[in-house]
Amino acid sequence: MTPSRVLVVGASAAGLATAEALRRKGYRGTLTLLGDEPHPPYDRPPLSKQVLAGSRTPDTTRLRTPEVLAALDAELLLGDPAVHLDPRTRTVRTASGRELGADAVVVATGLRARNLPGTDAEGVHVLRTLDDALALRSGLLAARRLVVVGEGVLGCEIAATARSMGLDVTLAGPRPGPMLAQFGPVVSELLAALHTANGVHLRLGHAVTGLTTAEGRVTGVRLDTDEVLPADVVAVAIGGDPATGWLADSGLRIENGLVCDARCRAAEGVYAVGDVASWHHELFDAPMRLENRTNATEQAVAVAANILGADLPYVPVPYFWTDQFDARIQAHGRLGPDAGVTVVEGDPETGRFVARYERDGRVTGVLGWSMPKQARLRRQEIGGPVPSLEPSAP
Amino acid sequence: MKVTLDQDKCVASGQCVVAADDVFDQDDDGIAVLLDPTPPSDRAEDVEQAAAVCPALAIRIQG
Repeated sequence: MTPSRVLVVGASAAGLATAEALRRKGYRGTLTLLGDEPHPPYDRPPLSKQVLAGSRTPDTTRLRTPEVLAALDAELLLGDPAVHLDPRTRTVRTASGRELGADAVVVATGLRARNLPGTDAEGVHVLRTLDDALALRSGLLAARRLVVVGEGVLGCEIAATARSMGLDVTLAGPRPGPMLAQFGPVVSELLAALHTANGVHLRLGHAVTGLTTAEGRVTGVRLDTDEVLPADVVAVAIGGDPATGWLADSGLRIENGLVCDARCRAAEGVYAVGDVASWHHELFDAPMRLENRTNATEQAVAVAANILGADLPYVPVPYFWTDQFDARIQAHGRLGPDAGVTVVEGDPETGRFVARYERDGRVTGVLGWSMPKQARLRRQEIGGPVPSLEPSAP
Repeated sequence: MKVTLDQDKCVASGQCVVAADDVFDQDDDGIAVLLDPTPPSDRAEDVEQAAAVCPALAIRIQG
């Protein structure tokens, strides 16, 4: 049955894209978009790069102009977090006391940035929201030394951006190489070389045990070796948790996100999309949750179709990109630390190459380092057997 | 339908080419190139998908 009232909880990329896809596919019923932040929908990838660097103003991150939003013919309720969902009646209660009923509810509440415990000192930042980015930027402008805690994609991007702004930057984190968990040792070493060549100090492979403070301000980051990395500002980029706290008493299954079937459905008339959704990927036959920008929109299109009765499994090839210094890195498929890695085009020495990731004789992913087109062309190899011989270059 | 592409916004993700490779391509730096600014109406669904999945919001469709 086609619903006549759809409520999307979350007004960021995934929520907005779901609403837009519903309209594009011909849905004419009531549409409500509920967001916890006061801002109209905005884009997050520029926050750790152009917004932090100051080369783009906050208003350029708006995902849609006011005119385009108005044409969506949706009720936009901002600055009012959802606090409760009853999946049986599909009713959502908000912090301000609203009760919103719908035939279909889409959970698109994203992530909450994790912080180090006991970090209420001045000068300690996380980066998830636009307000976070602006606060970190003003902190960086008044600082000389930054320590970034966390060697994942966000930590590496913050380090690269801050270094380009002229700060003295140290990157700390428990794994021995930058983005080691995502890219594996071969590419992680190249990324380490890139950061080192650009003047970032790498102090990786040690757990952070705490912060040092003086008069309520952070002064450094303490490692498990008892070494203290001095800092005027600390950026904590140790990942995020799916924002499911408001669903704790809903009876829905929460396990590293809101657990969904292959059609991104958590219960009858309840769907999840974006960073918060842990759905069953039928081709990989495994639960999957993707924290990246392209998944937000791609999954939104799939969920909108399923709300309108398509009944299709969501089976994407995962994809994300990261820009650090002059490198534009693009990752298609599943990479990971334990895959075999072969450079199949270009040459790491020249700063342009494509690497193929493989496991058990099958191609699992493709990584492009400043070779975006060539990497994209090879994504069709993903899932197939590893070619036995590369055709030699002409 | 009329398609416009803002190459200054493009982040070279190539998602548009995956969605509609007869309408979009990439140059050697990965920046999207518009092959057909007025695709036939039976390509509308894929072109709309391309615009929807573009992470840089660089593709606009009119008509």
